[in-house]
Amino acid sequence: MAVLLLAEVNNGELALDATAKAVTAARALGDVTVLAAGASAAAAGEAAAKIDGVAKVLVAEDASLGHRMAEPTAALIVSLAGDYSHIVAPATTDAKNVMPRVAALLDVMVISDASGVVDADTFERPIYAGNAVQTVKSLDTTKVITFRTSTFDAAGEGGSAAVETIGAADNPGLSEWVEDKVAASDRPELTSAGVVVSGGRGVGSEEDFALIEKLADKLGAAVGASRAAVDSGYAPNDWQVGQTGKVVAPELYVAVGISGAIQHLAGMKDSKIIVAINKDEEAPIFQVADFGLVADLFEAVPALTDAL
Amino acid sequence: MKVLVPVKRVIDYNVKVRVKADGSGVDLANVKMSMNPFDEIAVEEAIRLKEADKADEVVVVSIGVKQAQETLRTALAMGADRAILVNAADDVHTDIEPLAVAKILKAIVDEEQPGLVLAGKQAIDNDMNATGQMLSALLGWSQGTFASELDIDGDKAVVTREVDGGLQTIKVNMPAIVTVDLRLNEPRYASLPNIMKAKKKPLDEKTAADYGVDTSPRLEVVKTTEPATRAPGIIVGSVDELVSKLKEAGAV
Ligand SMILES: Cc1cc2nc3c(=O)[nH]c(=O)nc-3n(C[C@H](O)[C@H](O)[C@H](O)COP(=O)(O)OP(=O)(O)OC[C@H]3O[C@@H](n4cnc5c(N)ncnc54)[C@H](O)[C@@H]3O)c2cc1C
Ligand SMILES: Nc1ncnc2c1ncn2[C@@H]1O[C@H](COP(=O)(O)O)[C@@H](O)[C@H]1O
Repeated sequence: MAVLLLAEVNNGELALDATAKAVTAARALGDVTVLAAGASAAAAGEAAAKIDGVAKVLVAEDASLGHRMAEPTAALIVSLAGDYSHIVAPATTDAKNVMPRVAALLDVMVISDASGVVDADTFERPIYAGNAVQTVKSLDTTKVITFRTSTFDAAGEGGSAAVETIGAADNPGLSEWVEDKVAASDRPELTSAGVVVSGGRGVGSEEDFALIEKLADKLGAAVGASRAAVDSGYAPNDWQVGQTGKVVAPELYVAVGISGAIQHLAGMKDSKIIVAINKDEEAPIFQVADFGLVADLFEAVPALTDAL
Repeated sequence: MKVLVPVKRVIDYNVKVRVKADGSGVDLANVKMSMNPFDEIAVEEAIRLKEADKADEVVVVSIGVKQAQETLRTALAMGADRAILVNAADDVHTDIEPLAVAKILKAIVDEEQPGLVLAGKQAIDNDMNATGQMLSALLGWSQGTFASELDIDGDKAVVTREVDGGLQTIKVNMPAIVTVDLRLNEPRYASLPNIMKAKKKPLDEKTAADYGVDTSPRLEVVKTTEPATRAPGIIVGSVDELVSKLKEAGAV
């Protein structure tokens, strides 16, 4: 069996962690060919060739593939689909944009956010915000899958796959990119960080989110947020953890001023150690916390930052 | 311009689902059901387009069991003009997959010729996040997914999208499929007079067969299980105790 894996490429650079985690999932299914597509993708292709378990890399560079616009990217994947039993990607927002489009063009279902591989046709995926896990067997000839990266370990490096350059498919010309607003940060990336410190509505303001950031910096952590914190303007949207935000499973997750709604738990309850700081001892977050501290965050968080 | 909004009847987001002991699925009998939260946002956006004279009709569609009528009435009470119910299942536990939903929606689009389809980004029951993209593929239309801002400007729409890195703005050709994210707007509540008025608004009933779409699943559900549970934790008495526990656990 042959697997085509859409690499996560941002501005010509490979998102190694997400791609390498998807490689781990894909290796269980067959020989893995990685597709690196973008306005520039050659460097990303070279980087992907070094991931253990990658058999081959295809590099497609074309202006139409810049910014991962869904229509030309899907057209390219569909043009290659004939050679593969599985077409997969890490479950990033880019892939969630593209892969269902690919599936429909192939007249197959998509398996979104798969968290486990049972066999080549059978996969596990969380449903109902992670309150249930469904095992589904695909009856389609081609399986189109996005893999939830938080449940797979990243494949190592040391491979040396052959790299082949291919052309883009015809651009349907339906949409154009205008701009990206991406905040540069020196902190680790949320979905690959070993430690995540998240703040919720309890933090109360954008200024006071600095408390969360200071604790995060002390721990070398990424910063996350609840939906309420993002909606209230305390934190940017790309920090949101949960059912409809990012799914994380770090070694340590610290939830500060977060009540623990199921939609938030969906994004962090697979973390190895969970710490909750909340002044309400009844807050549901304490039900998943390994260590709970019932306290006012405005006292506890600075004290914790100092004590570490 | 006509706007088509597909709305799904799902378990209310406040309800904690229970997995059936025999692994056959989750228990939806006698559970509170509501409109998928993302779809409320899509309906709201469509109504706002109408209020801004950018749309002249809002048609809502639901595909599933006959009880989805209630969901459609809610959308009509919010301000949609007309509804289409596609009966595609008898058992409330039958979920019609995004591919089949997209095929039915395509047939409806062919008939209704909307200039815009506003769908939710994801249904909170199956968490698929697929239908809008699939419909867009089947129609050969442009797609603007996960929208937190939408601006219709003649034959183009400018869509700001919530993506992993932050925000992305794209310009798509109309007609388009836009899937909405949580921060696009805050949906209104239907007022009592509008709920009464909605009872008289047209609601067409169809079946999947009327559109010639085979809704049999491509993904066979082998079993549904509870997620792994976490071992119970402890409440610590102070910041110092927290730090020493974290050190013991090797977490810091
Ligand atoms: C369709 C849908 C999708 C959603 N997706 C997500 C998602 O992806 N991620 C997400 O997070 N949410 C999501 N939500 C929202 C979710 O339901 C909750 O509303 C949200 O998680 C609440 O955020 P919060 O815990 O920060 O706020 P609240 O529930 O308001 O909790 C604030 C907490 O702070 C505590 N607190 C207040 N002051 C202090 C203090 N001084 N010291 C200590 N503690 C204090 C309070 O005791 C309280 O427990 C979604 C909702 C819907 C409907
Ligand atoms: N059965 C359905 N009836 C009406 N709309 C649906 C249905 N299923 C999905 N949708 C629409 O597609 C969106 C995404 O759903 P999904 O792809 O299942 O996550 C929803 O928010 C709805 O707008």
